[in-house]
Parts: sequence; C-alpha cells; structure tokens
Amino acid sequence: MLLVATRKGLWQLKSDATRRSWRITGPQFLGHVIHHCVADARDGKTMLAAARTGHLGPTIFRSSDRGRSWHEAKQPPAFREGSGRVVDHTFWLTPGHASEPGVWYAGTSPQGLFRSEDGGASWRGVDGFNEHPSRKAWCGGDQDGTPDGAKMHSVLIDPREPTHMYIGMSGGGVFETADGAATWRPLNRGVRADFLPDPDPEYGHDPHCVRLHPVLPDRLYQQNHCGIYRLDRPAERWQDIGATMPKSVGSIGFPMVLHPRDPDTLWVFPMDGSKVWPRVSPGGKAAVYRSVNGGKTWQRQARGLPAAQAWLTVKRQAMSADAGEPVGVYFGTTSGEIWGSRDEGRTWKCLAAHLPEIYAVEAA
Amino acid sequence: MRVLIPNPLRSYTDDAAAVSASGATLDELTVDLDRRFPGMRFRVIDEQGQVRPHIKFFVNGMQRRDLSVPLHDADEVMIVCALSGG
Repeated sequence: MLLVATRKGLWQLKSDATRRSWRITGPQFLGHVIHHCVADARDGKTMLAAARTGHLGPTIFRSSDRGRSWHEAKQPPAFREGSGRVVDHTFWLTPGHASEPGVWYAGTSPQGLFRSEDGGASWRGVDGFNEHPSRKAWCGGDQDGTPDGAKMHSVLIDPREPTHMYIGMSGGGVFETADGAATWRPLNRGVRADFLPDPDPEYGHDPHCVRLHPVLPDRLYQQNHCGIYRLDRPAERWQDIGATMPKSVGSIGFPMVLHPRDPDTLWVFPMDGSKVWPRVSPGGKAAVYRSVNGGKTWQRQARGLPAAQAWLTVKRQAMSADAGEPVGVYFGTTSGEIWGSRDEGRTWKCLAAHLPEIYAVEAA
Repeated sequence: MRVLIPNPLRSYTDDAAAVSASGATLDELTVDLDRRFPGMRFRVIDEQGQVRPHIKFFVNGMQRRDLSVPLHDADEVMIVCALSGG
C-alpha cells in the first residue's frame, strides 16, 4: 500500500500480491494540505497524517484502523507559549523506537522537534532542541527560511539505541544526539554549503533528505542541496558520492531511498539545480539513478518513464521503497503522477495520474 | 451569544452554521468554543495567542483584531476564513 499525501488531500494505492495491478482509493481530508502520512510498522494499524488548510492552523489526524477512520489529536505540536514561535505546519512524522510503542516524533516548519508518547494524541516540544541556546545560530530566525518555510525533516532513530538520533534541517544541517534529545551537536563535516560565505561551516547546511540504513545503522546517506553524500560512523566526515554522477545530470535532487536489506543500494531522483534552480528532470528526460555500491558508481534507470518533455519534480518525502523481493520503488510528482517499479527501478509504470501536487509517498 | 461558524470549521460543530458560546472577551469566547468543540481554537488562534493570518473575527459586523475586546450576551460573533489562490 502507498500513502499519497498531497496539497489537496490523502489517497491510498493498494496492489495485488504481484504489484502489477493497483487500485486507488480516496480522497480523505479533501482540501486539506497533507504534508506527510506515515504508518506505524510496530503495530500494523496506526497511521498519522500531518494536516492543515489554507486558512486553519496545523493539526495531526490519527487512525488506529489503517486509515479507515481518523480522529484529530487532542494537543497538536505547538511551541511553548511565550516563546514567540509558531508552528506553521508539521512537516515530518517518524514512529519511535521499537522498544517504545506509542512514541512518535514530529519535525515542524519552522524547525522544531516534538514527541508524542500516546500514539500521536498529544505532543510536547523536545526542549533539548527547541530551547537549545544555539538553536537560532544553527537554524537562523524563523523568517529566514526558504519560500515554503524552513523545515525539520529526516528524524532518524538508531534501531540499536532509542536515545541515539539524527535530524536534518533545511536550513541548519544534520545534527546528532546520543542522550535522548537532551543535547545535540552538528554533523556536517565534508558537506559543501556553497551558498554560504564560508563554504565549509560547522552548521547551516541544507540537507534535503537524510536516510539511515536499518540493517547497518552506522551507514547514513544524504541528498543535499550541494550533492549526494555517505557517512560511515564512527567517522565524522561525509564522503561526496555525487561526484560520480554524469556531469550532464548533476547531483542535485530532493528525495533519496535506500534498499531495505542491502546497505550499498540506493536511489535518487536527479533534478536541475543550475542557475535559478528549475528543480525538474534535467533536460526534460525523467530518470531515476541507482547505485549498488554505496555511491561509487550510478546507473540510469528510465525504462518506461517518458523520454522527453517530462519536467518532473519529486519532493523530498515523495519517494519510497517497499520491502518486497525484488524491492518496489515508487515516486510521486508535483504534477500528480505516481510512478512505480516492481523490479528495483529497472522498469517503470505510471500507477496513478491527475492527482493534486504530491507532497509525500510512503510505502506501508 | 450566537457565533457564526464558517464552512472550514463545521467539522467541529457537527455541521452547525451557528452555535452558542459565552465569554467576556473574544479570547474567552474562543476558549469556550474549544471546550465545547475540542480542537477548534488552535485552528484559528496560534500558540502565542494571536489570530492566525487568514482568520478574521467580526463582532456585530465590525472586524475586531484585538482578542481582549469585551463581549456581551446579545452580541453576534462571526468567524471568517479568507482563502485565495488555487
């Protein structure tokens, strides 16, 4: 099943066992901006959706029956009264560690981290980050963000240790905590920030999407505003793995997806980052790129995708992989199409079209 | 007092276009609305106590931006949601 969050509501795509045939259902929350919808693999039934409308403030909807019915959170993420900060929307949702059922994390715009301990019904700010004296230095002011707003995303939890987490922020960079979010430190060495006066700063970077491999949790990847990177902990310096992409395609994009079992296999969706940043498939030739060796080399995967005049944009949450054998890979475009591959990217098929602008696609 | 509810908020009022609520100020009125219709206040008032950008309150036909404006039982309050674009 795919959870498809759009600027105008939520849809679900369900397949048969072969993943050849797909059926679309929805919409739910028609007219709501759904920034992210995520299923809880720990219990197989809980889903959370981050929602707002053009005029109403942000909230969270919860389902305990795999999306058949929904109830609004009693206390959605909100900054501390008196802090002067206002949550514009919840951007990212992550179920907590397997040992902590009911725990969820949310990343917001502007950058804030929130935690729920009751399956998303009520949320509290994570003071270790939100009240950190260096937060403003790391992230800038709340009005300093990009046109769609600064965001906290990629809330990653080490499957070996619930107190060890990473976060990604646009802008701000990647940060790590080893004490359950009480203290944080930047983790950006080796990542370019060519838009800043100092191109090699300690923080202030723009990671678009950061992933931690579930089988090899010391392996991190990120698709950044300035390329593609890999980090093998305990190393502290990211390795540039985007330099081996074809020069005509470049290493700019927003989403990144990992193979659920093979830490060396990943997919990216390159977009044009030249001049004024068109953020569409370079040259109008839509393609996914895959590496099977940790980013040493890349293969173009475009069979079935339109070969010309396909100016696709895929947002950072709009690409996902299932756990099938072979792995299914999926992406959603801002032009409302869902594309899927049931053979690890070798061939692609359009699974749905004519949807609103797609914000997020999650395989559940 | 009578409170007119705009379409986007009627999911909280079981589709009622008008409800009764009380309060000595606009702020107190939104607190009472939230007690009667849980979750409604945060959709129109942010965590710093400010009216959200595309929400407007009218008291007896006059737009009021200050939530401390006093209210009386005979007043009629209208909540308006402004939406533009596609």
